[in-house]
Amino acid sequence: MERIPILKMGEFLLVTIQVDMHDRLAMQLQDDLTDRISATGARGVLIDISALEMVDSFIGRMIANIAAMARILDAQTVVTGMQPAVAITLVELGLTLTGVRTALNVERGMTLLRSLLDEADGVAHDAIADREDADVGAEE
Amino acid sequence: MTPRDTSVLPSVLQKRSGELLDAWIAHQTSADGYRPDLMADAELRDQSRELLASASAAVSAGGLESPTHPSWQATRQLLGSIAESRATAGFAPTATATFVLSLKQPIFEALRKDVQNPERLADELWNATTLIDRLALQTMESTLEARERVIARQHEDMLELSTPVVKLWDGILALPMIGTLDSARTQVVMESLLQRIVETGAEVAIIDITGVPTVDTLVAQHLIKTVTAARLMGADCIISGIRPQIAATIVHLGVDLSEVATKSTLADAFRLALARTGHSLGRAPARERR
Repeated sequence: MERIPILKMGEFLLVTIQVDMHDRLAMQLQDDLTDRISATGARGVLIDISALEMVDSFIGRMIANIAAMARILDAQTVVTGMQPAVAITLVELGLTLTGVRTALNVERGMTLLRSLLDEADGVAHDAIADREDADVGAEE
Repeated sequence: MTPRDTSVLPSVLQKRSGELLDAWIAHQTSADGYRPDLMADAELRDQSRELLASASAAVSAGGLESPTHPSWQATRQLLGSIAESRATAGFAPTATATFVLSLKQPIFEALRKDVQNPERLADELWNATTLIDRLALQTMESTLEARERVIARQHEDMLELSTPVVKLWDGILALPMIGTLDSARTQVVMESLLQRIVETGAEVAIIDITGVPTVDTLVAQHLIKTVTAARLMGADCIISGIRPQIAATIVHLGVDLSEVATKSTLADAFRLALARTGHSLGRAPARERR
């Protein structure tokens, strides 16, 4: 059975959809990707849909769901390269993919993903630093 | 025995076709609406002869019975092309109608020569009048159709022209919208903006609505759709040029623009767009200026 390959690049997972999505393939991708995220502990996922010419409501919802699931598994998710026709269709269907990050192409998507991770790390460091400060303050 | 069954009109049209054509041309060239500057005499003669022959053929094939008779098909097409060529040449609709209607007199004269019985003559004249009126009406219809096609084409051109997407800077597009927005136009706007985003790889698009007189729920809806579609493709949108009245309308309509960056002028929006794409803007020291 055909599958959509999931490539691991450092702490990121890269999914490029090169074929026309059909429903079974999308379901398969959803299962595979969530498994891979938890197995590899990936911090970021980039889904490139630049070759996707057509979407229906089901595929649109699957894309939104896959992105949302990856986010819950603590991986920042960026969808890149959406075609105008696909964007218009999704908007007309009312699927605005709220909360999903987007970028024009893979390169921009990678940059965005790195900055997102830096931000998240920075916030985490700040939070730890803040707590240490607070502890020090309490001791004094 | 109805007069139509025994009408001499077909035979008169065939027998006297040369005579009719000459009289008709004479009529046309002596009429007020005669415009040799718009159409050469040779062309006029060709048109007249073709039309007369076609009408005569249709009448002989039994076309007098009803206007929807299949024998009229060729005549109808001929009239359509005549009306269209005359409309493009610049003839007034009246002149085109007169062209057909001026055939009436030559036919009447021909009938008067051939039919002696006054009652028969009245019937034949009625037949001829119906025929010519039908042709004239067909001509007018074709003229209007031709004009409507022109209007539709111009409307399309205007749609294209009225939605320019301009590149302001590397990665910054601007879309100045002017005039009333309707669904068809906003659809074109949305498509051309998204297409340009793909072509230029722009990160920020500024939609300027200074030239939009009114914003209703539909227009606001379309704006939000455009912004969302651009975001899905990975480009940010800024809406600029919102006038106070429009701001009031948007709030009164309960449209939620909180997700979208809004600026009052295009300049402010451009500044924000530069900042978002990582450019900084400042004045050069005085000595470096020229």
